[in-house]
Amino acid sequence: MVCQECGQRPATLHFSKYVNGEKTELHICEACAREKGELIPGTPSGFSIHNLLSGLMDFDPSGLSGAKAQVQQQQRCEGCGMTYGQFSKLGRFGCAHCYKQFAERLDPLLKRVHGNTVHVGKVPKRAGGLVRLRREIDGLKREMQSRIEGEDFESAADLRDRIRELEREVQNG
Amino acid sequence: MGNRKYTAEALSPWMKEDAPDRDVVLSSRVRIARNLRHLPFPMMASASQASDAMDRLLMVNESGRLNGLGEVSSIRLSELSELEKQVLVEKHLISPALANQAQHAALMLGPGEDVSLMVNEEDHLRIQCLHAGFQLKETWDTASKIDDIFEEAVDYAFDEKYGFLTSCPTNVGTGIRASVMMHLPALVITGQINRILSAVTQVGLAVRGMYGEGSEATGNLFQVSNQITLGQSEAEIIDHLHAVARQIIEHEKAARAKLMGESRLKVEDRIKRSFGILSYAAVIDAKEASQRLSDLRLGVHLGLLPGVDEGTLNELLVSIQPGYLQQAYGEALSPEQRDMTRAQMISSRLATHA
Repeated sequence: MVCQECGQRPATLHFSKYVNGEKTELHICEACAREKGELIPGTPSGFSIHNLLSGLMDFDPSGLSGAKAQVQQQQRCEGCGMTYGQFSKLGRFGCAHCYKQFAERLDPLLKRVHGNTVHVGKVPKRAGGLVRLRREIDGLKREMQSRIEGEDFESAADLRDRIRELEREVQNG
Repeated sequence: MGNRKYTAEALSPWMKEDAPDRDVVLSSRVRIARNLRHLPFPMMASASQASDAMDRLLMVNESGRLNGLGEVSSIRLSELSELEKQVLVEKHLISPALANQAQHAALMLGPGEDVSLMVNEEDHLRIQCLHAGFQLKETWDTASKIDDIFEEAVDYAFDEKYGFLTSCPTNVGTGIRASVMMHLPALVITGQINRILSAVTQVGLAVRGMYGEGSEATGNLFQVSNQITLGQSEAEIIDHLHAVARQIIEHEKAARAKLMGESRLKVEDRIKRSFGILSYAAVIDAKEASQRLSDLRLGVHLGLLPGVDEGTLNELLVSIQPGYLQQAYGEALSPEQRDMTRAQMISSRLATHA
């Protein structure tokens, strides 16, 4: 296929654009794409993960429009001062507090990116104090259950004691 | 300058080690993104906040906590010339993003160049570990231990629900990006590559060219990495990537065996022609050089080029990049001069094996 723009070079990029539900197809070569300022996937000057994210960010779960949406765009993080508008443009947060500030609109985004919204991995000893304890307790409970099923009551009792100890720690904060 | 040793040699010490599945996998890499709890992420940090973050992280090395890794050098990016930064990028020791960071960016580099800790890149800390060959789990273990050391010394930004908080929501959760750099010439020659790559992306992994996001796959080198960082544990992420990479390795090996069985003469001819061109060309651009070096690499592993060794090819992979070439010749080179210099560098390295 020959480039639609110059009619000379082979078309190496094929775009489908949806604007207001209307689909237009574009088959062009890289040189013409650059001239037209089209975003080119896989090139440093063009499309990046952040462009993609900011596209997803504009996705509005509340269905707000006009003035209300405007207000939301101007919502500012108390931690670093970044606005939601900036965040959706850059695709990056300014500080840890942004995750709290923009929490309402974050889950749908994370769901799209990761298919998930809850961390199940490593928990730091210092920052994760209580979380770590609770996860350790859950793990011990599962272990205790399997010991009981295996009729290894003695070690199940040891685990029960350890669980009680940890639960006291959680209660004392 | 003490940093010269990192940019003078094209080959990092870790690349010289013998390693499993080296005939297909060049390297395994794990990167962990972390941030400090009470400071804005680098993009929004003021100069004093960025400098504060840098001091706190460099202090972890200065206090001797990283001694178990050998002598780790702390290097401020402002101490390096543009060319030196480019060479570090070409050696995969820093990211292009860190090289572009003007102020308060730093690097802690392990003596084997297998550990590279970037400060104030997109996140406050990026722990990067590299191992030769297919050693994903070992690489993760090393990276995780370093993560634990930092965690003892500084407060990380962590949220009970979202896990480790990162500047980009694509890294939140575990903050880990694990990848394997694979050489897949037989899958390319036999036309199976697209089918395999599309299968890989369907199971939630990403494929990129050798120099990461936005780079083309030249020289049949493909980097396969995880995309999801939230909702899966580190072990699950590593296991999943490991299992998929293992399958690609087996497919590549089968394709090589098939090539040798069905069209040995054709393959041998292609490899030896590439050897001829690389040995005698007067000018060669980076793309052609990468492609022909890929042929040589395949030839070495198929036993069709007895005079050439893998170490030389690994060294050339970095040596033919623009930054390294210019540094080796001590002057700025025009693109034409680079193509000429590149041809000279390759033919002289190969001549020692002829």
